[in-house]
Amino acid sequence: MAAAATSRLESLRNRGAAFGGAPFVGLILVAVAAGLVVGSLRSATFAQLTVQGLALGAVYGILALALVLVYRATRVINFAQGELAMATTYVAYQLIQWGLSYWEAFFATLAIALVLGTVLELALIRPVLHRSAIAAVIVTVGLFVLIDGIVNWIWGGDFKSMPSPFGTKIYHVGGVSIARLYVGMFVVVIIAVLLVWALFRFTKVGLGMRAAALRPAEAAFVGVRVEWMLAIGWGLAALLGAVAGLMTEPSQFLLEPTLMQPILVYAFAAAVLGGLESPAGAVIGGLAIGVALNLVVQYVPAITSELQTPFAFAVILAVLLIKPTGLFGHREVRRV
Amino acid sequence: MKARIPALVSLVTVAAVLSILPFVLGDYNISLAAQVGIFFIAVLGLDILTGYTGQISIGHGAFMAIGGYTTAVMSRDHDTNLVLTMLVAFAICFVVGLVVGLPALRLSGVYLALVTFALAVSVPLLPLKWSSYLGGRDGVQASHEVSNLWLYGVAWAASAILFVLAWLILRGRAGRAFRAVRDSEIAAVASGIELPVYKTLAFGISAAYAGVAGSLFVLANNGFAAPDEFGIVLSLQILIGAAVAGLGSLWGVLAGAAFVGLLPSISSSVPVIGSAHGRDVVFGAAVILVMLLLPGGFASLVAWLRRFGRA
Amino acid sequence: MTALLELDDVEARYGPVHVLHGISLAVEEGSVVTVLGPNGAGKTTTLRAVSGTVRRSGRIRLGGRPIDRLGPDGVARLGVAHVPEGRGTFSELTVWENLRLGAYTRRGSIQPELERVFSYFPWLSERRRQQAGTLSGGEQQMLALARAFVHRPRLLLLDEPSLGLAPVLVAELFRIVRELNEKEGLTVLVVEQNAHLALQAADAGYVLEAGRVALSGTSAELRADDSVRRSYLGD
Repeated sequence: MAAAATSRLESLRNRGAAFGGAPFVGLILVAVAAGLVVGSLRSATFAQLTVQGLALGAVYGILALALVLVYRATRVINFAQGELAMATTYVAYQLIQWGLSYWEAFFATLAIALVLGTVLELALIRPVLHRSAIAAVIVTVGLFVLIDGIVNWIWGGDFKSMPSPFGTKIYHVGGVSIARLYVGMFVVVIIAVLLVWALFRFTKVGLGMRAAALRPAEAAFVGVRVEWMLAIGWGLAALLGAVAGLMTEPSQFLLEPTLMQPILVYAFAAAVLGGLESPAGAVIGGLAIGVALNLVVQYVPAITSELQTPFAFAVILAVLLIKPTGLFGHREVRRV
Repeated sequence: MKARIPALVSLVTVAAVLSILPFVLGDYNISLAAQVGIFFIAVLGLDILTGYTGQISIGHGAFMAIGGYTTAVMSRDHDTNLVLTMLVAFAICFVVGLVVGLPALRLSGVYLALVTFALAVSVPLLPLKWSSYLGGRDGVQASHEVSNLWLYGVAWAASAILFVLAWLILRGRAGRAFRAVRDSEIAAVASGIELPVYKTLAFGISAAYAGVAGSLFVLANNGFAAPDEFGIVLSLQILIGAAVAGLGSLWGVLAGAAFVGLLPSISSSVPVIGSAHGRDVVFGAAVILVMLLLPGGFASLVAWLRRFGRA
Repeated sequence: MTALLELDDVEARYGPVHVLHGISLAVEEGSVVTVLGPNGAGKTTTLRAVSGTVRRSGRIRLGGRPIDRLGPDGVARLGVAHVPEGRGTFSELTVWENLRLGAYTRRGSIQPELERVFSYFPWLSERRRQQAGTLSGGEQQMLALARAFVHRPRLLLLDEPSLGLAPVLVAELFRIVRELNEKEGLTVLVVEQNAHLALQAADAGYVLEAGRVALSGTSAELRADDSVRRSYLGD
């Protein structure tokens, strides 16, 4: 009976794999986009939810991108990515308390995150990676708990407030209310993503990093300092996480230590949906999850807002059963 | 866990110490010892899964939740004998484990870890949806109350029984199959072992163990089961316990259970940092240190000592 | 003429397995030297010892300067280009990106180097944007060579360039290597299974057996040697 069940799963998967061509996925995305536009034109609520979903989804996407970066570089899932993002947001908070303006603190925090991520990889992950993959994952789990403890210790668990970078202005476009906050979130995230993309695509360092992640042995032959490149990959991921945290905080209006925990789950769902190895997939996956969550909670009565996380889980499970490599992935996901 | 004289000596030593402890320790420490026993069961279950078939699960807190709620609900509604509820929890979680184990067959490493992580976060939230029966945010209160001594006795008795059960399983055909799967899936398939059966079985067994641990966990928590009690941290603790334990050593599992069960409580009294957060800081740092120094877990230390002793 | 590369009693190992048991050799500047020997003799390992991609001990000097403590990036920076067995191309990246990586350790613009490379491999220029993995085996080998040359190395380490290539391509490859050597003064150390070809292209050679140097001499001497003729030239 087990054999029958698994073979049915197998045939489902084969069909999924056959559908995995990029043009097909592109078609789906176009269809979805068209649906969103039509829905937005017909209902103001729909439009508002879509806009908000895109903004939140952008944040999920950038955290998912961080996860993908780390995974591509070191084959490790960093369970502490969300907590790291939260911690760097607190650093920004503290800088503002010490007198910096919001945007000064923003960029200072990004720099700090870059350094912090690099150091963490060199100090904690690199020594363990060679010996055991599971051990590296456990280290990130330990980091999760450690960072949580440290943040609670230094700043306490009560709610803190940070100045909002985008103010409270609301635009009215054809009967639809769009908060400037959501526009701001979306724009900042997209700019960050584009900058990182440009780094990888057009600079020598970016090329070195890609080479180090793709084929470390061959990269060593041309003189790439592979260990450093992977460490900087972590640094970049931490930087992206910082952007995620800094953009999540205004949407929750308050800063407290569990800020990024649900976001991490959505980011996982986005990364899996897009394909763990695909940076573009992570971002698009994030947008998809963001919009889907908003629309589903509104229009599907069975799924209430408490069920958002289980819904994300259902997405992860569905993707992994039908097309494990995600919408944009290439490589095989299972052995044997 | 093979039947050698030294192993038997270990078993007897542990059993002896456990029998004496209640007479020596105060009530609070007995509750701590009971907690270690609860984690022993959960860690043992996960050790079977990860150590022997190489499948990662960060979701065993979900199985504990199922087991815990089973006990709480049965106690609340039918006043059922508590040990009976534990047996029911074992059975239910075994089935659920099989159900989860089936799709898990298709996934390896990272992907399985992700799915089980999502499981750990989502399952405890389900009672929020069916709040009439499962108590929603307010949780379910069992109608029994148990003393710390009862918990200690039942937890360690269950540990002993389940340990022996595990030993029997791992010694027999299933155990050989598990080891073959862990060492090389391809070789295992080639030698005719039905992979899906054994991998799914391992999932079921480890889930069942977690279920029993969950029952005891709820009872230790004044009979209270609620979503907040089964956060992701619980699954992480079990995983950490198994990692610290390493593979295939009684002392390892004990060390892992003690690490997870005792360290947080002990480090509550860390100076400077203060109680609740000191706990997390010390625990997190300790986990990282252990992984840096002993990636093979405590069992590798035991194996190293054994080799050292023999040489 | 001085030796550009000198190895003195070099040992190398992969984990617990020792492969080189004290190799000593010298490569004159501006010459082409080949390393011959049966499988497992340690030929590839010798190259890896030079480029720092294997654990080694002993003395290695490049232009008089010791390099035995350097890692691969350090050795590359000093002007050594290593084309490994299997070419080491980045299949997922484009031809242009592969070339760019070749000059990774060089600062500043590499335009002049690229021009020079395209003059030797004109067809590469048209295929810049093509994914390297979609090139044929022979083309990838040429790409690997081109990539090494973009680096403007003093020393080129070539590992089994003829492997899996049609004879016509192999001849073309060696022709280019000889041309690079003569026109650009590139010193080459090449490991090659095809002894015939190797001794034709090289000025001198070493024969390795079981991690030690068994024979050495000019290519004329080696071609005349009886044991070489029997074992490697099939006479």
